[in-house]
Amino acid sequence: MKVAYWPGCVSRGFTPELHGSMARIAPLLDIELVQLDRASCCGAGVIAEHNPELADALNARTFALAQQTEGTALMMNICSTCQGAQSECQERLDASAEYRARINETLADEGLSYEKGLSNKNLLWLLVEDIGLDELRDRVQRPLTDLRVGPFYGCYIVRPTDRLGIDDDHPRDGYLGQVIEALGGTVTDYAGSHKCCGFPIITMNKEASLKQAGRHLGDAVDAGADCLVTPCPLCHLNLDLQQPLAERVVGRELNMPVLHLPQLVGLALGISPEQLGMQRHVVKPASVIDWTTSVVGEWASG
Amino acid sequence: MAEFTLRLRRYDPESGDAPYWEEHTIELEPHRSVLEAILQAKARFDGSIGIRCSCRAAICGSCGVRINGHPDLACHTHLDKAAKQSSDGVIEVEPMGNMPVIKDLIVDMEEVHWKKIRRVTPWLIAKQPVPEREYIVPRETMVDVTQSMACIQCGACVSDCLAMEVDPEFIGPAALAKAYRFVGDPRDDQHYERLKDLAEDPHGIYDCTHCFMCIDACPKGVAPMSQIMRLRRRAIHDHGIVDRNNGERHEEAFVSLVRQYGLLNEAELLPRSYGGDSALAKFKPAAGKVLLDSLPSIAKALLRRKVTPAAVLKPHKLAKQDLQAVKRIYETLDGKGERNEFNIYISGRDEDNQ
Repeated sequence: MKVAYWPGCVSRGFTPELHGSMARIAPLLDIELVQLDRASCCGAGVIAEHNPELADALNARTFALAQQTEGTALMMNICSTCQGAQSECQERLDASAEYRARINETLADEGLSYEKGLSNKNLLWLLVEDIGLDELRDRVQRPLTDLRVGPFYGCYIVRPTDRLGIDDDHPRDGYLGQVIEALGGTVTDYAGSHKCCGFPIITMNKEASLKQAGRHLGDAVDAGADCLVTPCPLCHLNLDLQQPLAERVVGRELNMPVLHLPQLVGLALGISPEQLGMQRHVVKPASVIDWTTSVVGEWASG
Repeated sequence: MAEFTLRLRRYDPESGDAPYWEEHTIELEPHRSVLEAILQAKARFDGSIGIRCSCRAAICGSCGVRINGHPDLACHTHLDKAAKQSSDGVIEVEPMGNMPVIKDLIVDMEEVHWKKIRRVTPWLIAKQPVPEREYIVPRETMVDVTQSMACIQCGACVSDCLAMEVDPEFIGPAALAKAYRFVGDPRDDQHYERLKDLAEDPHGIYDCTHCFMCIDACPKGVAPMSQIMRLRRRAIHDHGIVDRNNGERHEEAFVSLVRQYGLLNEAELLPRSYGGDSALAKFKPAAGKVLLDSLPSIAKALLRRKVTPAAVLKPHKLAKQDLQAVKRIYETLDGKGERNEFNIYISGRDEDNQ
């Protein structure tokens, strides 16, 4: 399967292990990644907050580049925030031919134009809807037996439900659980799975931001999770990189590893933890894997 | 007629007993509302069930509750839909969140919601002199506030606000949407004062975590979070308000870094969000303090090679030709003249307008 691949900024900046692990799992899932090297930042909601038309034009350019990619009609991202920010712009662009034409004028110099109706999916949606859970299950080399995984979605990929195409036929707000089970793991339910990691206000109200991260991590600890998995690198920053600070704010030890979605998939597909960049996390995923033998799950910690 | 089972959250704080769940099976047509089901349970089985309601037509805002974990108006939710969405076929109804329970499904709106509404001076402060007859305004200057005027004060957005969950002092989605109703009104005389106040308040417009909960919660399409973003736009661009919460600095830094690199440069974003939009920001005291506070995280990230010195010193950047295209878009759409916004709530979709 060929996709126009948008890795986002953070996956190539502060969470390089995300982009790297996606590159590792792609061939094992027969996904051909044609990277959108010319595309710009999605704006992460901040550019849309500043000037919605500007965000719409930058993303229309990205969509037009994806539509120019030969041999595929599908764009794929690996970031909940990119998914949400781009879906917001696409919703406005698709709503009105007149508005779309006005925005396309800003792309005319490059000979680009966005046509209504691009399919832009996060890896999570692609795994379930295009590859399929049965196919994924068939490709598992190292089932995540007895590994208790808490899903953490990130707001941008679950709300607003109608904009993100979540309905009875596409229960996308439950896909992480389905993928964890297909990989042989056990889903841990806890209060924070669909809540906000706090990242957007880390520079505005640090205490509230870290309280959010700390609370969800603590809830996952109490529910008995070995680790969390997230399709959002920004959530990863607040939940993993900032975890030492979150521990201070909530006044308890957390020590909860947080995996990127392609890392969890990669472990089950048999890739070594090092190749997935898991040694780069701030919180060592010691409860997930035995580093000397690469055994995953209950046996790793016991 | 069909049978539906309700699982109601019962709680009487005055009794000293803990909250508990209670199930009742009722008979109604599937297209009737959850409110009618609750009222039938109250009439047939237990007159002590506490529920507040009035119009039964989704306009008075009295019957806000959580149905299967999601806030909504009980009178605006069909029984068949609610049963289908529940995890086990039983329709679960509980009081809204973020507000204290008075009894069963009734929460204390005064204690949280109305106090916050009053906080934003929810009336028009008219420009003087007030015209003798109607105050005539052009349609296009006011059409934008009709979205926030659709609010019926039901509290559904307050119930599930995730920022309020960790910071109860956050002014919150309903009150901030109300604030925009006046900040966006050309007849109001205090736009700057209102915005300055809401930007400087540590629990004001920059305390919103952008989680979209209120957009999903609102039964009237008010999209409170979008109104909060409009307040930020007006504060920063129309009034040049630089706040003490780094709201303006963060937004300006983000927007200008993407213009400069085409991609986000996180290593620069953090210091600039505190120290201002300049490459020298990291040497300013405000940024230095924060970087020092974050040392445990930064040190570990460098140690684990999550963040490499190369990534910090030589950030990723688009190729020259693409960067020029990005800059052209910025020049066409940003910083010049009037700011346009395409709002689907106001304009509708092509297919709806045909």
